[in-house]
Amino acid sequence: MPTPFLSVQGLSKRFPGPKGSDPLTVFENVNLGIEKGEFVCIIGHSGCGKSTILNILAGLDEPTDGAVIMNGKEVSGPSLDRGIVFQNYSLLPWLSALKNVTFAVQARHRNWTKKQVHDHSVKYLEMVGLTGGAELRKPSQLSGGMRQRVSIARAFAIQPELLLLDEPFGALDALTRGSIQDELIRIWAGSDQTVFMITHDVDEAILLADRILLMTNGPYARVAESVQVDIERPRVRADIIHHPDYYDIRNHLVEFLAKRSRELAGKRDEDGVSEPNVIRFGLNGPVANKSNKGAGETPARARVVNGAD
Amino acid sequence: MIASLNARALLLSAVLLAVLLGIWEAASPQQKLGSELTEYEILMGGAEPKAAVPPPSAVFVKAWEELSNPFYDAGPNDKGIGIQIGYSLYRVLSGYFLAAAIAIPAGFLIGMSPLMYRALDPFIQILRPISPLAWMPLALFVIQDSQASAIFVIFICSIWPMLINTAFGVAGVRKDWVNVARTHELGTLKTAWIVILPAAAPTILTGMRISIGIAWLVIVAAEMLVGGTGIGYYVWNEWNNLDLTSVIFSILMIGLVGMLLDTAFAYCARLVQYQE
Repeated sequence: MPTPFLSVQGLSKRFPGPKGSDPLTVFENVNLGIEKGEFVCIIGHSGCGKSTILNILAGLDEPTDGAVIMNGKEVSGPSLDRGIVFQNYSLLPWLSALKNVTFAVQARHRNWTKKQVHDHSVKYLEMVGLTGGAELRKPSQLSGGMRQRVSIARAFAIQPELLLLDEPFGALDALTRGSIQDELIRIWAGSDQTVFMITHDVDEAILLADRILLMTNGPYARVAESVQVDIERPRVRADIIHHPDYYDIRNHLVEFLAKRSRELAGKRDEDGVSEPNVIRFGLNGPVANKSNKGAGETPARARVVNGAD
Repeated sequence: MIASLNARALLLSAVLLAVLLGIWEAASPQQKLGSELTEYEILMGGAEPKAAVPPPSAVFVKAWEELSNPFYDAGPNDKGIGIQIGYSLYRVLSGYFLAAAIAIPAGFLIGMSPLMYRALDPFIQILRPISPLAWMPLALFVIQDSQASAIFVIFICSIWPMLINTAFGVAGVRKDWVNVARTHELGTLKTAWIVILPAAAPTILTGMRISIGIAWLVIVAAEMLVGGTGIGYYVWNEWNNLDLTSVIFSILMIGLVGMLLDTAFAYCARLVQYQE
């Protein structure tokens, strides 16, 4: 099997416990792969370590064990190859929206002229709808939605190989969230950007993702399932809810979050090789995963799982 | 119609000023005329007017006199108020900017490095509470020049607030913003310039504003000690001349210049202020 574009191998994070006691293991033995151009969402309860995983992917945090390999190279330290959008926007408040983008573009393309940097930045700000003077305002003069748009424009403008989104819409109201989700999916569709995104919102995950990773509760959290979302693109919010798979996927995710994330919590993997179980829904096409022997007999729309359930 | 708060405050200030000046004026004893002196008073030298705190009117006359010709120079003990303030400002600003040139980079170093913070903390804690004038004898002995010693005293008193505020501001830069610098692969110098300096600037400016206030307080005392020129020397010299009108006038000038310095720094602080 060829190594995927991004490969997370045996990742663990432990914090030293109070003296004498055992260290606190947040998550352990996390293995996952992400292909180039894939949009992957990760869902789990607070405290399961998804933000830590994202920070490790970003190079801002170090794993206790394991490694992250991107493009054949081990990730160590932050890099412009991995762009991040944080929940709290992380814009520099003393710079205008435009300057917040140009400084990043300048950092990416050190040999560009001022004009190249400016034009490139304006192009990406236009993509998220910041034009007509709004780009010259300071972040404090922009609404939360506008700030997150600037942050997204900044991340896309540096054209990283991997885009990491840490609950980017968590602080926004539902209407704003919806419109920025649409913008995000539009910009992503026009690029070959690989995206790894944390979210708490099940509907958001189904709308955006190719694949949804489900994490059990901590401690000893792990990525238990990988749910394939085979709803064809482009997806429109109003239409996908009528897709025959939509509620099967949604119910599966909600059930996991409500019940199984807790049931599976705290259980360590005995075999040590915990690849997430791949789960697919769908009427159309082959539903079987290669490693699943019983795929032929599986009735359409049933849950198909590889490995032990 | 009710006037704006500012207008009413201004009016009240004017009334208070008028009342206070009125009380002061009324309380100043009128000088008795020679003819009204008793024989005893004449014998005791009472023909000389009795020394008393001069009334505000006399101070106004003096101020008008001095301010209409602030830069005259009639020898070592008789220079215009403008020249004296000029000397004081020269000492304050040279000591102050010398201190800033050391305190701000050192503050960056201390703020960015926990090791340096801990290593230098005991020195700062011991040196900081020392009254700047306590350095004067040592400075006079080592530097052997009273003018440079005064500048040194200003230097030593204005360095601490700037150093501590810079270190505090730099150490307290939000982790998110530092992470922005890290994920954009900015080098140490660029991080300091693009992220940390603007983020810490309001705190640094606060330290600079505190420092300039302290420096202006200390220069008066320092100049009383070293003598020669400056507003502090002027106050002491006029005291020796028993010219209380000039003493009061120069006290007011010290307050006025101090206020202008503070206003200038408050203005600079507004320039670097940002809203989160």
